[in-house]
Amino acid sequence: MTKTHVTTTINGDTVEYLCDPQETLLDVLRDRLGMTGSKEGCGTGDCGACTVTVDGEIVCSCLMLGAEAEGRTIGTIEGMAEGEMLHPLQRKFLDHAALQCGICTPGILVAARTLLERNPEPSETEVRYWLAGNLCRCTGYDKIVRAVMDAAEEMRGRNHAA
Amino acid sequence: MVQVTLWGSLRDYTDGRNEVEVAGDNIYQILQNLGQAEPRLKPILEKGVTVSLDGQIYRQNLMQTVRPDSEVFILPKMAGG
Amino acid sequence: MPLETDFPQGYEKRDFRVVGKRPVRPDGIDKVTGRARFGADTVAPGMLHGAILRSPHAHARIKSIDTAKAEALEGVKAVVTRDDFPIHDAVKEDRGLLDILVNCMAREKALYDGHAVAAVAATDKITARKALKLIEVEYEVLGHVIDEDLAMAPDAPILHDDLGYDYGKGKPSNVAGRTEIGHGDVDAGFAAADRVVERSFKTGAAHQGYIEPHACLANIGADGRGELWCCTQGHFMVRDTVTQLLGMDVSNLRVTASEIGGGFGGKTAVFIEPVAVALSRKAGKPVKIVMDRHEVFRATGPTASASLWVKVGAKADGTITAADALLKYQGGAFQGSPVDMGAMAAFACYNLENVRAVGYDIVTNRPKQAAYRAPGAPMAAFAVESVMTELADALGIDPIDFRLKNAARDHSKSSYGPTYNEIGLVETLEAAKATEHYNSPLGPNQGRGVACGFWFNFGGQTAVTLNVNLDGTAALSVGTPDIGGSRASMCAMAAEELGIDYDDIYAIIGDTASLGYNDVTDGSRATFASGLATIQAARQVKERMCARAARIWGIPEDAVKWEGGAAVPSGPNAGDHAPLSFRDIAKMAGETGGPIAGHHEISAEGAGPSFATHIVDAEIDRETGRIDVKRYTVVQDAGKAVHPAYVEGQFQGGAVQGIGWALNEEYIYSDKGVLENAGFLDYRVPVASDLPMIETVIVEKPNPGHPYGVRGVGETSIVPPMGAIANAVSAAAKVRATEIPMSPPRMLKLLRENESAAKAAE
Repeated sequence: MTKTHVTTTINGDTVEYLCDPQETLLDVLRDRLGMTGSKEGCGTGDCGACTVTVDGEIVCSCLMLGAEAEGRTIGTIEGMAEGEMLHPLQRKFLDHAALQCGICTPGILVAARTLLERNPEPSETEVRYWLAGNLCRCTGYDKIVRAVMDAAEEMRGRNHAA
Repeated sequence: MVQVTLWGSLRDYTDGRNEVEVAGDNIYQILQNLGQAEPRLKPILEKGVTVSLDGQIYRQNLMQTVRPDSEVFILPKMAGG
Repeated sequence: MPLETDFPQGYEKRDFRVVGKRPVRPDGIDKVTGRARFGADTVAPGMLHGAILRSPHAHARIKSIDTAKAEALEGVKAVVTRDDFPIHDAVKEDRGLLDILVNCMAREKALYDGHAVAAVAATDKITARKALKLIEVEYEVLGHVIDEDLAMAPDAPILHDDLGYDYGKGKPSNVAGRTEIGHGDVDAGFAAADRVVERSFKTGAAHQGYIEPHACLANIGADGRGELWCCTQGHFMVRDTVTQLLGMDVSNLRVTASEIGGGFGGKTAVFIEPVAVALSRKAGKPVKIVMDRHEVFRATGPTASASLWVKVGAKADGTITAADALLKYQGGAFQGSPVDMGAMAAFACYNLENVRAVGYDIVTNRPKQAAYRAPGAPMAAFAVESVMTELADALGIDPIDFRLKNAARDHSKSSYGPTYNEIGLVETLEAAKATEHYNSPLGPNQGRGVACGFWFNFGGQTAVTLNVNLDGTAALSVGTPDIGGSRASMCAMAAEELGIDYDDIYAIIGDTASLGYNDVTDGSRATFASGLATIQAARQVKERMCARAARIWGIPEDAVKWEGGAAVPSGPNAGDHAPLSFRDIAKMAGETGGPIAGHHEISAEGAGPSFATHIVDAEIDRETGRIDVKRYTVVQDAGKAVHPAYVEGQFQGGAVQGIGWALNEEYIYSDKGVLENAGFLDYRVPVASDLPMIETVIVEKPNPGHPYGVRGVGETSIVPPMGAIANAVSAAAKVRATEIPMSPPRMLKLLRENESAAKAAE
């Protein structure tokens, strides 16, 4: 089958690839680009482990075709830290032990970052509803919610200081 | 001799008894001698059982010392998640 | 009486420097940056993609399999069926292994919807999937049975002609075994009771629901040797099982455990691994197989579903006089449901003179059950804890007081026979009673429930190696895959012993060629057993370092001791020498005798049971039947919490899995025996917006079998939730809920029936 040529931006870099028309963005990221930080937990958009941002919106990359990424701006877990500097969410997830096995963590971090960009002071309920599309089977979400709220608080403090 | 208590359903293989006296200085010897004394238990013992010795569960360590006054229970094979 | 164990160092009270703190885990950065490599995250040059064809029928004779068209498809490099899995001698003699083989690849019959029938390896995923459609299988569909009660009926379709406990009176039956646990005279006990409560219950089959589907990469060379990378709770188990199933020498397969995206017991078995190895062997190329979620639900182990009956009698003052239970667990298409452990655990929280639990192990046309967190115990506890609360209510006694009156205590006889050592149930009950939660008011349509839970905890075969590096850091290699942060606990224990910084230890999971045999990470054993071995390995390092110091100083070895992370002269004749630190000695290792390492190999025992008490407030929506968990508290004995944050995490995670099992999760089958909800949309696990914070109280009653007093904590937390929630829901709904999951339609039906019954009574 003829492959589609795609030019897109991933984590700030221009990326080109050929993909099969039926291939998902998740498959492209993982199998063609070696970016295995996004995980496949279900392939049907139910678990959120493959969450990425597309033009700033969170998307299950298993529900989007690789060909649809043409001209878009994609953000994945691999682009969350700046060099050695972890994003406050990443740091707070470690401090709060907000991960056990860690398979859901990339998707949850990407989703949570988008929440905090839009709502710097989310309530517990708002965090819980925003993350309702990201399944975690290990933690019971308690420490995840606390880590997100704590990161939000730290980021607010920093913004005030600046 | 050590008194060994068998879990309930093993009574079917020991003519209704669930307490058996056998000789042995460790779990391995106890199980060997139990199999000799009660041949119908042998296949079950060989398939694998759990031994409780003075309240501690032993799944593997057959070399554990057993004293004449030890409390010994033979329990079904166990596994966790 | 001092405890006799293989570890000369039993529990010793001490002050801790590192243990009990909450440092960042060693694999943390990898897991928050996407760098950690899980089962599906690896590739090999020239790799093929495998895919598995699965039976669409619940029960069918496989008359023929024609793979010719699939083999002819461009890009297909190998196809395997039952013919590629001959029964080797080791398998022939071991029913358990034979069952695993048959479960991995069907033989004469497909035994459940999703049973593997054939597999292909092709150059890409799309071709592999296309090839599956070209395999022609001729089935003769047979009658099927899904439910445990129906499977026991005399006219039930029979799964195996060579299976059946004497229940079937000489005929094959679906009852694979019967177990009976208990002591005393139950009938006499009930005769002495002032009040007796008995009820029947049903529980659905819940899946472990790990977010990472099974994945593996097999690479077998023409010489028959090779490697296997996979996500598993036990790579040594995978190596031994796969090689035996395929007739390979154990040493010819090296297995590396990837990072594991959840297991909860479900990854203590093999499913795709033997298939990938067989395909790789046949194709002469690496083969990767990754299950999709649909396959995970259809073909890997959920837990057993159960049909239960419990009867308990008590005196007016609350003293239990007798307890009796009948447990029927279906464990899918093969024998081995965890009913033995259910029967042993059923009444383990109670100190009972007259007790009996009878269990039946039943086969049905469902996937082979796999262990799920405290396998067998949660269903039994659901029924028992429901009856206990109903009995306490009937006697007008507070449910915690009722449990305290009858609780298993230090040195009391357990319901399954043996005498307990020191246990912490009473402490959890007292702590629960003292929580603000238990003493807070309830809102309208809300009810509060409590329940207790028990799990045995296990040790097992364990081997670790601790290598000292030239800069005074150390690499710790353990063989128990880290499913919940256990590496952090290992580092803490090694640092504690060596007197060095937590950050100076780096823990990894060693492969099967690098370490002695390790049992799977199960039975809440990793922190207990690998921790125990780590402590002993660290003590060996200290001894060796002291010996080096003695050599450097030219004094006898026994004139050196380890203190504050350094070798120091000790005793009258040791002389005056400046202490040599861990770092000093590490740096000089090459010149003083060679590399310094410690290792320890044991069959660890003495894990010590962990008990818990849970409190839950639930609210019922009388219009829709929906249950909302408003507040939840876990109180559990950890012996000693090595890393309290991960202990809390185990408490919270287990509780929430229990909430899912109690309220929503179950396998739903069509009348044809086809699984109807094989995806996360329809098999609904709890999401963040369903839940409150999960409050935790860590009780620390030291385990006499561990130098630090550690007990396993991973499993007990899933035992009480279903009973606690059923008690809360029953209080809120004012009618006893006896079937889980207590899903909205089921609750609505219960409410309506109760209303009509009340009207009829008017």
